[in-house]
Amino acid sequence: MSDKKSKNNSRREFLKIGSLFGVGVAAAGAAAYSGFASQDGHGTSGETILSESEQKIKVLTEDGTLAEIKASELTPIKKDEYTDALQSQGREGIAGKHWAMVIDLSRCRNVRACMASCQNAHHLRDEQHHINVLRMQDDRNTEPYFMPKPCFHCDNPPCTKVCPVDATFKRQDGIVLIDNERCIGCRFCIAACPYSARVFNWFEPKDAEKDEELLYNVELNVPQKKGTVSKCLFSADRLREGKLPYCVSACPNGVYYFGDLNEDAVTNGTSGETVRFSELIRQNAGYTLMPELGTKPNVYYLPPKNRMFPFEFKGKTTLDDEHHG
Amino acid sequence: MSESLSKEEAKILVDKYAEDAIRPMKNHKGFILWMGFLGLVLVIFAYAYFLQLRDGLSVTAMRDYVSWGLYIANFVFFVAASLVGMLISAVLGLLNQKWVKPITRVSEIIALGFVLIAGLVIITDMGRPDRFLNLFLHGRLQSPIVWDVTVIITYTAISTLLFLLPLIPDLAFIKRRMKDMPKWQYHIYNVLSLGWMGTAEQYKLLHKSIRMLSIIIVPVALSIHTVTSWLFASTLRSGWDTTIFGPYFVAGAFVAGAAAVIILMFILRSNYKLEDYFTDHHFDMMGRLLVLVSLLYAYFNINEFLVPAYKMRSGEAVHLYTLFQGAYAGLFWSVQIIGMGLPIIFMMFKEWRKPANLTFIAIIVLIAAFIKRIIIVVPTLLHPYLPIQNVPEKFHQYFPTWIEMAVTAGAFAMALIIITILLKVFPVIPMWELAEEKGITEEFEKQE
Repeated sequence: MSDKKSKNNSRREFLKIGSLFGVGVAAAGAAAYSGFASQDGHGTSGETILSESEQKIKVLTEDGTLAEIKASELTPIKKDEYTDALQSQGREGIAGKHWAMVIDLSRCRNVRACMASCQNAHHLRDEQHHINVLRMQDDRNTEPYFMPKPCFHCDNPPCTKVCPVDATFKRQDGIVLIDNERCIGCRFCIAACPYSARVFNWFEPKDAEKDEELLYNVELNVPQKKGTVSKCLFSADRLREGKLPYCVSACPNGVYYFGDLNEDAVTNGTSGETVRFSELIRQNAGYTLMPELGTKPNVYYLPPKNRMFPFEFKGKTTLDDEHHG
Repeated sequence: MSESLSKEEAKILVDKYAEDAIRPMKNHKGFILWMGFLGLVLVIFAYAYFLQLRDGLSVTAMRDYVSWGLYIANFVFFVAASLVGMLISAVLGLLNQKWVKPITRVSEIIALGFVLIAGLVIITDMGRPDRFLNLFLHGRLQSPIVWDVTVIITYTAISTLLFLLPLIPDLAFIKRRMKDMPKWQYHIYNVLSLGWMGTAEQYKLLHKSIRMLSIIIVPVALSIHTVTSWLFASTLRSGWDTTIFGPYFVAGAFVAGAAAVIILMFILRSNYKLEDYFTDHHFDMMGRLLVLVSLLYAYFNINEFLVPAYKMRSGEAVHLYTLFQGAYAGLFWSVQIIGMGLPIIFMMFKEWRKPANLTFIAIIVLIAAFIKRIIIVVPTLLHPYLPIQNVPEKFHQYFPTWIEMAVTAGAFAMALIIITILLKVFPVIPMWELAEEKGITEEFEKQE
């Protein structure tokens, strides 16, 4: 029920944002998708569009609608302007939202599909984790359990406070992003984060050559850049399309719920079922990690009841050294 | 020293000052060799830093958990060493400690050498040094790094003034006195002596401005190291998350700085026959000063380690175990005992405050001070709240690569080059201040 409402709402929000940039962004979107931005390697197709002025062409707008527009009315905007537009919408966030994630630890069986889809989406190296499934043991007498750990997108984020250049920031919808075109690589945010949620591009990023032509999208943090910080983004790019984050959709075990606290609704990434956030948390004794630090996380955990007993874990908690690092 | 000297005695004394002050500037024995050595270190530095620029910070041993290492420790050390300028020329000067007069310039030179390079050291730690200007274009006032940049620039400016202003009468004097100097040198003295005539009014103004600067520099100097400590204390990490870091760092800085001054005093004294200025008494007093600041530092150490160790709260406990009996125990106890405890005890005996002995202790204290900075930076990062998993085994340790060491050595070489050049171009003996003390200012100003 509220799932549908949520979708409608977000559609409205998208339209509102879209209207801020007006035709410009739509055209930019069109340009990007029809090859202007050389994402498919045909960097000059923008000019071709202009010459065939009477022709109508199909464009994909900001919110993912397929539309037709007269080719003569299409003005491709400069690459800089398009990245600027991406930057400003990325820095602003999606109005009226307060994103949150609920992780049901009782369901996590260390499949790591979340980690794989995340690394794939954000072009990360093997040892770089925006989300990391940790093998936890709270006490020597308690059974271990697995705990996926993304960025908590804290409401009192220690990381954004210390950034000297406003490269990492918190948006109105609660997401903490990193702008790797601004980042100076001082790594103060890595030191400040008590949850070790941030990674650094010590090396040339994995897909550096392949991504060279890509426009930088701050909501995806791709392409990654050497000498800058990277982190979980709650898949801000997917949220803009009205989709669930990469990790949430990838999980086969129904570990993740994701949604909007303002709507008090979260959707399970596996079953698609939408439930009330407050009820889910109340009925399952939800909690946040290390609340004593005062960071006010937006990621909630449901306790790891029905743990594996005896605990079976054949894998390792370290990577081999061939994953140079 | 208020007994008035006869004209004849005064003339002899001024001649002696001039000779002693000019000797280090003219005697180039070993200079080429020393600068050649530093130059060689710089060449290695340049190659290492080139590799780092080309391949990124991957050439260091830092990784996602130990994300700050030798560079940051080195930065803290440089800021620390530069603090001594304030301690000696401002604090002791304002307290009217007459014995520090001949040492003020040495301490200001050390302060300048280290603070000028501290800014460069921090750039070597940056992942994107090409974006350095972002600090000014997009600087956020809420970030301690921006505070640090601000106070370090301010401190550099005031330290430069506090070095140059008291040089004015001496430069005017040397301009008259040193006839055979090269033209560029004459120009430097001519410009920097600002048309000094040696009138009573000029002296009054000079005293007043030096006094003002000495007062202003105290809070600024305290800020540079306090803010540097906040780079750590403003985080939520065990081992850094403590309210004592500001004064703890400042006390530690006085220890490092005093040790550096003692070493430089000894080198000047034995190389340039300056025993009359850096006397046994001065070493004795510097030894006492080092004991005093070391005791202060020990007091903060006790607070910093004993109080959390009494409680052993979970996060702190892991950190303290690492230091007390874990991977860092060897370094930790060496620094605390050999670098702090024993020196305090030894220096309480007069015998160990004699020049050579004290210099030996100062060298140990200075090395310990450097290692201490590594102990402050690295172990905390090795023990975050959440386990380090799904990364290579290497991420659990940190030992700097040769590139990090070469870059660090390069920073030291640069600071030493600045110090050496300042000592070669400017008189290290504050002649006019000594003349004033003897009541022979008139002679000093008149003599050709």
